[in-house]
Amino acid sequence: MNETIYRSHVLVCTGTGCVSSGAKDLKTTLEKELTAKDMSGEVKIVETGCHGFCEKGPIMIIYPEGVFYCEVNEKDVKEIVDEHLLKGRTVERLLFKEPMTEEQIPSYQDIDFYKKQQRISLKNCGHIDPESIDEYIAVGGYEAAGKALTLMEPQEIIDELKESGLRGRGGGGFPTGLKWQFARNTESDKKYVICNADEGDPGAFMDRSLLEGDPHGIIEGMMIAAYAIGADEAYVYVRAEYPLAITRLEKAIQDAEEYGLLGENIFDSGFNFKLHIKEGAGAFVCGEETALMNSIEGKRGMPKPRPPYPSVSGLWGKPTNINNVETFANVPYIIKEGAEAFSSIGTESSAGTKVFALTGKINNTGLVEVPMGTTLREVIFEIGGGLDKNKKFKAVQTGGPSGGCLPEEYLNLPIDYDSLLDAGTMMGSGGMVVMDEDSCMVDVARFFLNFTQSESCGKCTPCREGTKRMLEILNRITEGEGREGDIELLEELGDHIKSTSLCGLGKSAPNPVLSTITHFRKEYEAHINHQNCPAGACQDLLSTYVIAAEDCIGCGKCAKVCPVDAISGEIKGVFAIDEDVCIACGACEPVCPVDAISQG
Amino acid sequence: MENKVKLQIDKQTIEVSEGSTILDAAKSVGIDVPVLCYHPDLSLHGACRVCVVEEEESGELLASCAAPVNAGMKINTRSIKARKARRRNVELLLANHPNDCLGCNRNGSCELQDITYDLGITKEDIERVSGAVREHEIDDVGPALRRDLNKCILCGRCVRICEEVQGVSALQFTQRGFNSVVTTAFDMPQRDVNCANCGQCASVCPVGAINEKSEIEKVWSALEDDDIHVIVQTAPSIQATLGEEFGMRAGSVVTGKMVAALRRLGFDKIFSTDFAADLTILEEGSEFLKKLEGEGTLPHITSCCPGWVKYAEHNYSDLLNHLSSAKSPMQMFSALGKTYYPQQSGVKAKDVYTVAIMPCTAKKFEKNREEINATRFKDTDAVLTTRELARMIKEMGINFSKLADEDFDELMGTSTGAGTIFGTTGGVAEAAVRTVKEKLTGEPLEQLNLGFRGVNFAEVEIGDRTVKIAIANGLGNAEKLLEACREGDCECDFIEVMACPHGCVGGGGQPRPATKEKKIKRGTGLSGIDDKSVVRKSHKNPQVIKLYKEFLGEPMSGESHHLLHTTYKSRPKN
Amino acid sequence: MKSLAELKELRDKVKKDMKKRDQGTRPEIIVGMGTCGIAAGAREILKAILEEVETRDIDVRVTQTGCIGMCEKEPLIDVRMPGKERITYGNLSTSDVKEIISKHVINGNVVQELVIARHSE
Repeated sequence: MNETIYRSHVLVCTGTGCVSSGAKDLKTTLEKELTAKDMSGEVKIVETGCHGFCEKGPIMIIYPEGVFYCEVNEKDVKEIVDEHLLKGRTVERLLFKEPMTEEQIPSYQDIDFYKKQQRISLKNCGHIDPESIDEYIAVGGYEAAGKALTLMEPQEIIDELKESGLRGRGGGGFPTGLKWQFARNTESDKKYVICNADEGDPGAFMDRSLLEGDPHGIIEGMMIAAYAIGADEAYVYVRAEYPLAITRLEKAIQDAEEYGLLGENIFDSGFNFKLHIKEGAGAFVCGEETALMNSIEGKRGMPKPRPPYPSVSGLWGKPTNINNVETFANVPYIIKEGAEAFSSIGTESSAGTKVFALTGKINNTGLVEVPMGTTLREVIFEIGGGLDKNKKFKAVQTGGPSGGCLPEEYLNLPIDYDSLLDAGTMMGSGGMVVMDEDSCMVDVARFFLNFTQSESCGKCTPCREGTKRMLEILNRITEGEGREGDIELLEELGDHIKSTSLCGLGKSAPNPVLSTITHFRKEYEAHINHQNCPAGACQDLLSTYVIAAEDCIGCGKCAKVCPVDAISGEIKGVFAIDEDVCIACGACEPVCPVDAISQG
Repeated sequence: MENKVKLQIDKQTIEVSEGSTILDAAKSVGIDVPVLCYHPDLSLHGACRVCVVEEEESGELLASCAAPVNAGMKINTRSIKARKARRRNVELLLANHPNDCLGCNRNGSCELQDITYDLGITKEDIERVSGAVREHEIDDVGPALRRDLNKCILCGRCVRICEEVQGVSALQFTQRGFNSVVTTAFDMPQRDVNCANCGQCASVCPVGAINEKSEIEKVWSALEDDDIHVIVQTAPSIQATLGEEFGMRAGSVVTGKMVAALRRLGFDKIFSTDFAADLTILEEGSEFLKKLEGEGTLPHITSCCPGWVKYAEHNYSDLLNHLSSAKSPMQMFSALGKTYYPQQSGVKAKDVYTVAIMPCTAKKFEKNREEINATRFKDTDAVLTTRELARMIKEMGINFSKLADEDFDELMGTSTGAGTIFGTTGGVAEAAVRTVKEKLTGEPLEQLNLGFRGVNFAEVEIGDRTVKIAIANGLGNAEKLLEACREGDCECDFIEVMACPHGCVGGGGQPRPATKEKKIKRGTGLSGIDDKSVVRKSHKNPQVIKLYKEFLGEPMSGESHHLLHTTYKSRPKN
Repeated sequence: MKSLAELKELRDKVKKDMKKRDQGTRPEIIVGMGTCGIAAGAREILKAILEEVETRDIDVRVTQTGCIGMCEKEPLIDVRMPGKERITYGNLSTSDVKEIISKHVINGNVVQELVIARHSE
């Protein structure tokens, strides 16, 4: 253990987001600079996991002041060392500016993005060095596991989980305690626990951030689960595309083994626990439990009919409990603080917090953790900083690619499992995509369906064939070839696919289409009946431009700016636009000195 | 004691065993629910969603093949919601199907076609949900099987039988979404992968996607040509399965009608592979005797099944020295057909064309093996499956069921009950022991039903020693046995392997659809022939005795070694 | 790991260092680290404070700030006890540091003779 006393801790986020924006070089430069200034013995550099605010990366936090710097690059290092670390003066220009007020906020806790969040599962992310088991232990890590193993009976743990109201964070929302109970109730000489880290929703990265930023938290949660259901072996099924998460998890497992927190007779309780990492190739459908287990067994990731449920016959036919990363991340908190502390957060039916991956046409994209029951408006406008000043909110899509789209009327909807389902969408793993007036809802539905269709495992008829037909219909609508009856056919196919598909992928794939038809039917009708895309997004439906011959002065400015040479004419004569060539980009309209150009 | 569950199906209250599926429960009271991916001999797949039924209380649609019954559940198999959903799924399948039924090999025996008809689906219904259609090249470069993936409905029966029953896994699902396809590793021709050519994939395919590579046209041409002398041999199992193609019950014995039909098709001589099976027993039996006496390696493993031989070459090249060097009965017959037969009949060897009617697709591959030919001609010219023969009989307009029985031709048409039971699992071992025991002890064997058929292990006292026999049908079972051998855990002396479940009666070239139930009946049909036979020991076959006396000399003699024995080679594992 | 006690022992050993990242309501010592301060020996003062805090194993937040504005009285530190007014000490030597920590930070008695300013917030 390092006994040096440091006066400052510089936390450099090395989550995948910040690494891709240069955090590694930043750290190297900082090390060099501190050595040059003979300060390496006074200032400790700590690599942390993701802070969730990837939009503003690379992120650096300097303690003890807790000053939050964003978009820091190598060139800023000298100034930070000279000013902040040497002279104690905050480097104002690197502070975060609130998008709504332009106000500079020096402290981590005071930024709206963080202020309105409540972090339980993410609490250690960005705060501790994920590669240091000591730091995890320093913040109280493994105490929950110790308590569970030495002071609690397995059934007590399950009762605590049930009472806490924790529900599966991977999307299903199934009560976690009940799931554990089922696995516990099945008698078997061998049981397994699996952590589902096959994060497949485009744009979602909470599982990755948790594994990168707090791997021991996940190990601890899994250990408690294994003890509770009577398992002694577990797998973390993680996408091979998450190399950093895998490295950190490997390190964490190794350290925990060295400390005797994994292995045999942990806490002298007689409980043994072995943890493996299984890398998945990243098929979306492998997020489905039975497909995931097939994949671990070395088979094609294809879902199986349920029952039998994994709690009865799972991995290699043995009772298996599968939970999502975020679900496990909540477990130590519940065991340590008690069910009541957890259930007091959130709503009656959905206890605790939920992490969302906020993306789309929004100012502060990133990971946010809020209590259940927080409204969409709070998340989007207060934490997310709203949309661009001059853009109007149109819809928010929740629940990943198979979630539904909700319009403005739903902004005051408190987010929990049931309210979202009632509104025609779902919690999913916590994707949240914000759309503004420039988004065409038909095109949005097409985008998501294209994803689910190409990620369908192809096993069952409705999902494989049906989503393809729906996609073809959406394609033709956005191309101006929509037919009368297409909306009804989409609804019919959508309902059919939802009611007869084998697994959750198919059962939810039509959601984006059905919800946009419900809330934005007029937009579909405009495409079909008038070959018009109200949002101006569908390229094939944009009307081309025309030059009013009587007004044209023959200056030729329009022809010069046209990117596809659709405009021709004689200088001082009359210019004309070839509508077959025009791509309706609108470049010509503003350059005309006499306003002779308009959309036809 | 089995627990019972009470539930309601279509307003009827019934009681079924706990763990039954809704489909089982419906069947038990005579309610038919259409199925496509479901197959009684394979694992549950739940993919086609054609068997959906409505759970009345929740209004949920359940795949009846996969959903277990719950106490008190109320199932409606006939609700408009269930029927509409079934129709829609079949429509979606048809929208991505060539729908060229008239020119399809399965026209009339296609499960998709039957369901389409039953559900009353019209052309307009299909057009409403039509769009892009997957297109695939047809794989017909191999000698045994032809895959037309354009017809594939991705039910996965072929994948499951190849993996679960045969343990070969030559076919797998690849790609995703609409582009999903069942194919071989790297989409290579089936010829070039570890496929054993057993044709089990074809035997369970509900549509026309996998079939035998047809040799019908070739045989028609030979029959039409006056200069060619066409002789035909029929494998033991054909006489107990061909009837099914003409609407008869599984296991119906139609030996006489089959011979009569072949004569009407224009074959010059109608012979029986059973004759060659007796011959195989004498050759292989002698080989086994020698091994028992310490010459060669035990356990002795049979080699009459070409699917098994190719599988062994891929997976057990280290054990190939255990395989009998005796050729399969078909190849023994053909070698004699172009040597012994010309000598006896006066027909010139070059004019003889040998056709084999086989239950098997692997035989089409076997006849092309380079080392198999003993004569300067191709020993076997054409192999037809049971299904192909039936097709020819139909094309010729022969009213099969009305045919009067006729007999095989002399010389190579006479067989014993021992030769006949080659067509069912355990039959080869039983036939071999009948001969080996009698030859070794010198005493006539009285008890001929040794009880080998349908079992995995048997012991038999031969003289002063106990001979241990292991029998495997289905390559998956063979794998278990051979793994034990490889590990040195197998104390057997004699191992019989047949690649197809239940042996040749369950062959990849047999009438479709084929289920375990039917295969057992076919085997019973064959056993019945043996029971009624006057001669039931291969070495008592008078024509075989004559063959040795006039042509071959002794079993394992120089001439028989040249004509009747072969070699094997190692093949890549994948 | 054989017991909860063993775990807690390990935690106590490692958690001091982590306290720097706590933003709670603990006593706070702020060291003036402007150029003037550094020139007058503020880095040595800071080190001395950290050592003393470590030796006495007390829960104190030690931070630094820029020039406080009374450059001739450097090195300067501010001590802020929760709920109390902020006291500025000046002209410090490393030995003063021990006194301030033992009297003011631990026992709550301001070291009057070293005080150069008081600020109520």
